[in-house]
Amino acid sequence: MLTLTPLETEALRLSLLVSVTAVVGSLPFGIGVAWLLARVNFPGKSLLDGIVHLPLVLPPVAVGYLLLVTMGRHGLIGAWLHDVLGVTFAFNWKGAALASAVISFPLLVRAVRLSIEQVDRGVEAAAATLGAGPWAVFFTVTLPLALPGIAAGIILAFARSLSEFGATITFVASIPGETRTLPVALFAVTQNAGGDSEALRLCILSVALALLTLLVAERLAKRLERRMRGQPHA
Amino acid sequence: MLDISLQKRHDDFILDLSFQTAAPEITALFGRSGSGKSSLVRLLAGLDRPDDGHIRLDGATLFDRAAGIDMPTHNRRVGLVFQDSRLLPHYGVRGNLLYGFKRTPDAERFVALDEVVELLGLEKLLDRRVGALSGGEKQRVAIGRALLASPRLLLMDEPLAALDGARKAELLDYVARLAAHFRLPILYVSHSPEEILRVAGRMVLIEGGKALAEGPVEAVMSRADFAAAAGSRTLVTIVTATIEGHDSDRQTSRLAWNGHHIDVPRLDLATGSAVRARIPADHVILALKPVEGLSVRNQVPGRVLSLSPAGALVDVAIDVGTPLHAELTPDACRELGLEPGKDVMALIKSAAIDAAAVSLRPG
Repeated sequence: MLTLTPLETEALRLSLLVSVTAVVGSLPFGIGVAWLLARVNFPGKSLLDGIVHLPLVLPPVAVGYLLLVTMGRHGLIGAWLHDVLGVTFAFNWKGAALASAVISFPLLVRAVRLSIEQVDRGVEAAAATLGAGPWAVFFTVTLPLALPGIAAGIILAFARSLSEFGATITFVASIPGETRTLPVALFAVTQNAGGDSEALRLCILSVALALLTLLVAERLAKRLERRMRGQPHA
Repeated sequence: MLDISLQKRHDDFILDLSFQTAAPEITALFGRSGSGKSSLVRLLAGLDRPDDGHIRLDGATLFDRAAGIDMPTHNRRVGLVFQDSRLLPHYGVRGNLLYGFKRTPDAERFVALDEVVELLGLEKLLDRRVGALSGGEKQRVAIGRALLASPRLLLMDEPLAALDGARKAELLDYVARLAAHFRLPILYVSHSPEEILRVAGRMVLIEGGKALAEGPVEAVMSRADFAAAAGSRTLVTIVTATIEGHDSDRQTSRLAWNGHHIDVPRLDLATGSAVRARIPADHVILALKPVEGLSVRNQVPGRVLSLSPAGALVDVAIDVGTPLHAELTPDACRELGLEPGKDVMALIKSAAIDAAAVSLRPG
């Protein structure tokens, strides 16, 4: 029971690879968009806010389908990426990561935006009077002080990516060793007659991974919170 | 030399003021809350943009609407000490102190960490986190941090407002000391006449977004519009004097001022210390010749400068070396035959004189 089958190891490895890639890849964009929404007033702000939140309310299958028509090999953007940059997201793990990134993006942006809104603009102003330009203020004041929220956003997005299924299977299907992450693998075995014990094992593995993620997140959040408040380590 | 002319429309009032002040010394900005002091500070630091006008500092233009110049905050080298410290919570004390220092080019630095640490007594705090500091300690770090960025002008926006009495006096001494030490022009925003008397050489009186007066503290505080802004009914005369000696039998201290001597309730200060005394105009009595057999201790000879109506009373300005204000009834003025040029004796009750130490550099 404690040793994983090659199929399970493969699914776990893929899940982690896809989720980490999704979060790392979307983080800079997430922070950028969150900062824009938190600090800048511009025409079309509500529209951007709406688009960012769309994956949260759309059925994941719809998101997967939209990805298929835009980012697939014959999609509008996908074809261009393939011809010009030689990159393709169709039916490979990168596509699974893209699907996870899009689905989890609103969660990331929400958490980061909230924490940026909490950063005292007075402290940012003080840093400016001390000679820090806008970028320096962002990297030495705003970003570090928003870190607890950014960490929360990362955890949320990571957890959402781990459980991503609908958009993934629609966009990149269920290819063993390529796009068959834990949830996709779980779905695949439930389709086989007599796959009950396999399904149960994959299910337990998913639960264990989710719990571990949440525990680590809790610990990290507490530590960061203390540091940012300028208080001594407990 | 700071040369300001600014217009800025806010929701509830319009700031429209101009003044020049000669550096380097502490110039106080005095006004009621809502008079526009803090708004002015934000404009000077570049945190808000004026609608029109200019800000020039020692020949450098920080803002000039007509010329299209608006130097961003981080290039202005205008230090700002806020009422609420605004230390960076994720840096330690040392990190806060060095934050601006590291961003100042070598050639423009006029002070090093050690010097600031010594001046402000920060040795023991250097390795502390800012969350563990008291209010007074936070403000000292905030002042040190601003200084270490080597500013051309230091703005202090009610830096003592959050502190208790003893901490206030201590910090005022630090402020006065650093102004003298670095010959750094400081604009000190306050609504406390006591603080201003203690540290400032000059002051600007601000009311309703306008500068009503600019000049030496003694001159501005003797004005009727200052009394109104300070919420007082009577005029005051401010004299800057030195302590000549103490009389322990009579529990008084003798002050030397303009060649006159005045006795005040005993001050707990060393002989030779500089003090500023406030003489309320309704406690100054005029006589035509020296009076004997009177409890009033101080008799100062002078000459009437002018008489002007002040409500139901008359404000009589007497030249005793500097102008001294007395408030009399119109009746009394007529009876004494007061008119400009007439010699009088000004009688001042010791107990009515409110004297306090001055931290500022004499002269």
